[in-house]
Amino acid sequence: MRRTIVAGRATGPVLRSAEPINFLGAVDAARGAISDPSHALHGRALRGTILAFPHGTGSSVGAYTVYALKANGVAPAAMVCARPDASVVSGCAIAGIPLMLDGGLCAGVRDGQECTVDTVALTAVPA
Amino acid sequence: MELTRDEEDALHGRHGEAMETAYRVLVATGEAMGAAGLEEVSWAHLSGVNYNTIGEAGARFLADMAARGTRVQTRTTLNPMGYDARADHGLPGEFVRGQEGIASSYESMGVDMSFSCIPYEIFREGDVLPRAGRRVAFAESNAAIYANSVGGLRTNKESAFGALAAAIAGKSPVAPPEDPASVPTVRLRVDGPTDLDYGLLGYFAGAAGSQTVNLAGAAGPMDHRGCKSLCAGMGTSGTCSRFALDGQACGERLDFGREERDGALDSLSTAETGDMIALGSPQLGAGELAGLASMIGGASFKKRCVVFCARASLEAAEAAGDAARLRRAGCELLADCCACLTPLISADDVDSVTTSSVKAAYYLSRSNGVGVDLRPISEIVRGEAR
Repeated sequence: MRRTIVAGRATGPVLRSAEPINFLGAVDAARGAISDPSHALHGRALRGTILAFPHGTGSSVGAYTVYALKANGVAPAAMVCARPDASVVSGCAIAGIPLMLDGGLCAGVRDGQECTVDTVALTAVPA
Repeated sequence: MELTRDEEDALHGRHGEAMETAYRVLVATGEAMGAAGLEEVSWAHLSGVNYNTIGEAGARFLADMAARGTRVQTRTTLNPMGYDARADHGLPGEFVRGQEGIASSYESMGVDMSFSCIPYEIFREGDVLPRAGRRVAFAESNAAIYANSVGGLRTNKESAFGALAAAIAGKSPVAPPEDPASVPTVRLRVDGPTDLDYGLLGYFAGAAGSQTVNLAGAAGPMDHRGCKSLCAGMGTSGTCSRFALDGQACGERLDFGREERDGALDSLSTAETGDMIALGSPQLGAGELAGLASMIGGASFKKRCVVFCARASLEAAEAAGDAARLRRAGCELLADCCACLTPLISADDVDSVTTSSVKAAYYLSRSNGVGVDLRPISEIVRGEAR
């Protein structure tokens, strides 16, 4: 079931991860990129993307990393998760990054595809 | 989620900007977990204190909150920072200035400057520890698991912003009851488990469940050190917020035997030996400091051994004479910080670190970039103190 967590609307290329993301351990908040060499998205930039991933993991401080991405101007335009975790939810809420829950979309969307996500109307429309 | 009239007002900014920010977090978190509403908390424990982890953006966020006159509404304690405030570590000025800024922001919000990840231990007495069954909001994962599983309290495994929001609003969302079919049972099948075995059990079990894990066969032999090790290991590997001992569960059933123990150990222990020893993640309490001093006896460590503890525990150990015994044995005692994510352990100075902590092993390897030699505390003392 699709649910709104943080309201908003954004368009961008989908960055899809089949693996969860540990924001404290695996993301470089200054450069806005996945910095963990063992992560499938290693080196990929987050800025302006529709980040689709199963869920966040790891330290409670990961919420600050989500906020720092926004403060540093390198945050995803929106996020879509299969299940919520406290760090991603609260980080997006503070940073004002639109966030929607949709397991089907996370699994089915194609990496790199342009997409417009409206977390209030609960729509995700490929461009 | 149902909000009262007053909570709606707060969410829409009628109680000021800081309260609006706090409610935005509480409502998003509550909606995400399917909470029916908010409930009062009698204690919040914050993470997001170390300049190493929250950086300049986090420090500025907190400075802005403090400048707006934000005050916490409930008793609020906080996690360790990057170093011992009373020691001169020769750290770069930029780090020290950033760290001092964070501390002063929290202080001006009315937070107790405890710098400890073991609030359950240093605030054990009835005057400050809430009565059993009360709701609290702990962001530090080992403390949340301890509070829910053995501390008689109830908390979400809060995010850093979730705990801060709970501190400011004095409330947090209440998760709906868990489906018993999603609670796995992990059976301990290791003979004579050490403190490290409990940490590895926690690490294994934390990845197996999502909220609660039922542990079978662990209750009998577990002492306080083993219990802390279990909580920290469990908090490191997943999203779990509590364990039950020999409880009822209808989820998946798994064994934690020699093979699973060795598998977890192999993934965390990456070096044969350490250039230095680091003990204390979670920080050691006064009882553990006394226990360590007795374990070492008249011997002393032949390489650098840093022992991280809570300020209150160090003061108790000073009074009891244990601190002096540990220093004579070559231990460096540091308060306010812990073995995880401190800039005091750096790949510029050491290639590898010996520790007994699963949590420290995880972060030393991933964040500090050093090798880790993971062993039970008794084996570290036997092998390294002569």
